[in-house]
Amino acid sequence: MADEILFLTELLGLKVYDLKGRSLGFVKDAAIVPLIHPSRVDRFLVGGGWSWLTVRHDQVGQISLDGIYLKDEVLTPYHSDEYMLRLVRDLLDQQIIDGQGRKVVRVTDVTFKIQHETDEDALNIVDVDIGLRSIFRRLMQGAISRRWVRRLQEVIPPNSIHWENCSILEADPQRRLRLNVSNEILERMHPADLADIVEELTPEDREAIFETIDSEVAAEALSEVEPEIQASILESLETEKAAEIVEEMAPNEAADVLAELEEQTSEEILQEMEPEPKTEVEELLEYHESSAGGLMNTEYVALPQNSTVADAIQALRAHEEILEKLNTIFLVDANEQLTASVPLARLFTAAGATPLKDLAAENLIQVDVEEKQDRITEIFDKYNLLALPVVDEAGKLAGAITADEVISLLRAK
Amino acid sequence: MFKRFRYQTAIFLSVVGPGLITANVDNDSGGILTYSQAGAKYGYLPLWTLIPITLLLIVTQEMCSRMGAVTGKGLSDLIREEFGLRTTFFMMIALVLTNFTNVIAEFAGIASSLELFHISRYISVPICAIAVWLLVVRGTYRGVEKVFLFACSLYITYIISAFLLKPDWTEAAVNSLRPVVMFDTGYITMLIAMVGTSIAPWMQFYLQSAIVEKGVTAKEYVQSRIEVVVGCILTDVVAFFIIVACAAAIWSHGPKDINDAADAAIALKPFGNYASILFSAGLFNASFFAACILPLSTVFTVCEGLGFESGVDKRFHEAPVFYWMFTLLVVLGAGVILWPNFPLVKMILWSQVVNGVLLPVVLIYMVMLINKNGLMREWTNSRLYNAVAWVSVVIMIGLTLALASITVKQMVQSASAKPAAPVSRPLAQVQRDDSGGHAVKADIRESRGAHSLR
Repeated sequence: MADEILFLTELLGLKVYDLKGRSLGFVKDAAIVPLIHPSRVDRFLVGGGWSWLTVRHDQVGQISLDGIYLKDEVLTPYHSDEYMLRLVRDLLDQQIIDGQGRKVVRVTDVTFKIQHETDEDALNIVDVDIGLRSIFRRLMQGAISRRWVRRLQEVIPPNSIHWENCSILEADPQRRLRLNVSNEILERMHPADLADIVEELTPEDREAIFETIDSEVAAEALSEVEPEIQASILESLETEKAAEIVEEMAPNEAADVLAELEEQTSEEILQEMEPEPKTEVEELLEYHESSAGGLMNTEYVALPQNSTVADAIQALRAHEEILEKLNTIFLVDANEQLTASVPLARLFTAAGATPLKDLAAENLIQVDVEEKQDRITEIFDKYNLLALPVVDEAGKLAGAITADEVISLLRAK
Repeated sequence: MFKRFRYQTAIFLSVVGPGLITANVDNDSGGILTYSQAGAKYGYLPLWTLIPITLLLIVTQEMCSRMGAVTGKGLSDLIREEFGLRTTFFMMIALVLTNFTNVIAEFAGIASSLELFHISRYISVPICAIAVWLLVVRGTYRGVEKVFLFACSLYITYIISAFLLKPDWTEAAVNSLRPVVMFDTGYITMLIAMVGTSIAPWMQFYLQSAIVEKGVTAKEYVQSRIEVVVGCILTDVVAFFIIVACAAAIWSHGPKDINDAADAAIALKPFGNYASILFSAGLFNASFFAACILPLSTVFTVCEGLGFESGVDKRFHEAPVFYWMFTLLVVLGAGVILWPNFPLVKMILWSQVVNGVLLPVVLIYMVMLINKNGLMREWTNSRLYNAVAWVSVVIMIGLTLALASITVKQMVQSASAKPAAPVSRPLAQVQRDDSGGHAVKADIRESRGAHSLR
């Protein structure tokens, strides 16, 4: 009889037999070595008399609920090893990230698939179990027989995560490398989801993730994190890495984050930044956080007032990176004074030679950099805006506030 | 971690952090009535317990906040990670049962405070239960929290009252420093309840989560430590004045059990006609405040320990265990109160005893956790801390055993003395419950003389 699956809770306490069928002891833990194989159990740790023994995967003959039968009984004493992920010690009851469900979960059990080959069985991790069924299984294990536990648990719906979608948490950078922990799963997530996950982690785990993750992803995720946590993350990072992340952020968001930090830390980070984003951020830092200047974004598209639709499209092609959020183009005169704002969608119905001026919104609505945030939300609501240009004392275009900023503002209240 | 249980960055709450909030929730209905009962029945005698209780309160709360700041994890998270699922499971069962009695106590506090104004509990309790449920589930609780905290300043009335009542300050001072131990049920029960109400187990879980939620890190921890210590002292200063006020207003005219809110309100009698309004408002605020926090904190603790989705920003189907458990705690907690002739004040007092019985268990795990080098690095406990904690554990277990053995002995004695109690009592007697109370008191005063170790 060959069971196809085995649970970690069942594996623990399973008897290990030598070639003559004598019991050597009980399974105490099992380990994978991610650098060798991402999911195969590489070693079984067997507790017999005084010390633990290590059973390599190629020494195992047969595995079932009745026990583990060895085909090679030359066992070595157990030594701790930095490259091995011990399932009971390092995984069971610990938190991991579920990349599919985009949340932090706690491991209650692990499901293996028993792979039968010619003369040896191997265990492969298939799922990590969470939820009621696995809790039931663990509480009952030992109280009643393994087969009864299996029968009784059928009434509870299972709740598992595929092993490939799991990302384990390891704060120690050395051990991250040895355990081959990658950020691939995290980098594939939407930054906002990643931000939610990060908020639930401990400061050390946050730091480990931001230290190793791609700067661009880190920047996007960081802008979505709550202000207090943003600050503590940046403070915990190496200044160089922090500067790299801040550079990737939109200037207004970067300024918001830096404003949360202690003066000295934000100075240090600014020092490390490239000159161009640095000046932009520094200018924004001058404004009061809740004024129009503090809310505005300096990434906008402004064209000379006699430009045509064709000019506009050409300009947009050159700035692909901001297209995702862009919905308005601004027109300025020779003195950089704002003269009109053009809704982006109007470009699609106009011929290439049409002057942008003809497509401009009927009324030009703009605010001063000093404008208070309450008034700004009021204007957005009243005129049903998507973007609001901000001008400085001289009437020059300084930046634009977008609707998403206003939504965040209102939600924060 | 109270992920969604955010603390606003508003100035008010950045000054009043987790330590002070916890300190105020600490004096909930259980707190007020336990201290009232202690003062009314034993006068200035129990005051000596406040110094050791404060010390223990500081030690436990400081340990919790330190663990929260250093590990960034809640207490139930840590128990789960270090001691496994089975331990966590049984701990959570014990905690839920204990906290359930506390939830009942909070609703009992609501009911008895409003009964002072002749508002029937059949009206007040269901309305308040619904209000609690909506406030928390709709996430509007945070906004109201400030109101509760502000209303906590009602405790000042006890301080004023204590001075106006002209208590025997010398006796109060002497008794604050002179320990008296007596082996009778009432006294030991009161001791356990006093420790249990001041250092409620659920408070430790709550405080640690609040520290984590606030994002306090090991570096900024010193500031929180001050706040925790100040909070602890504040809690017990209030306790001191409640006991003194009750001793002066009630006990000096003859030791008395607190049987309802009206009895306890006598402590504020210098305020004349306003006494019952002030007491009622204070008790109502404290009970309602805790009735919001306590079930929520319980559910968070359990869900985190056992790994269920939690958070009021989740939808019902995303976090079914969380919502169901919260709803059940509130509905059942309020429902029990509606049982005809449910003894409100007795329930409140006994729930604090249950707290005291669970406390050493929680404390043992806390001390084991905080001494783990891998977890706490250079922040493990000093020897003095461990000594205080272990001594407290031993004392609390000792008190619990003493209580259990005395209770069993009395049950055996009464069983052999009286063959059978009358099966049904006439209705008229049920209403005059006072007479029964007096009989018990007489008993205790007698045994005090017999067993006193002074």
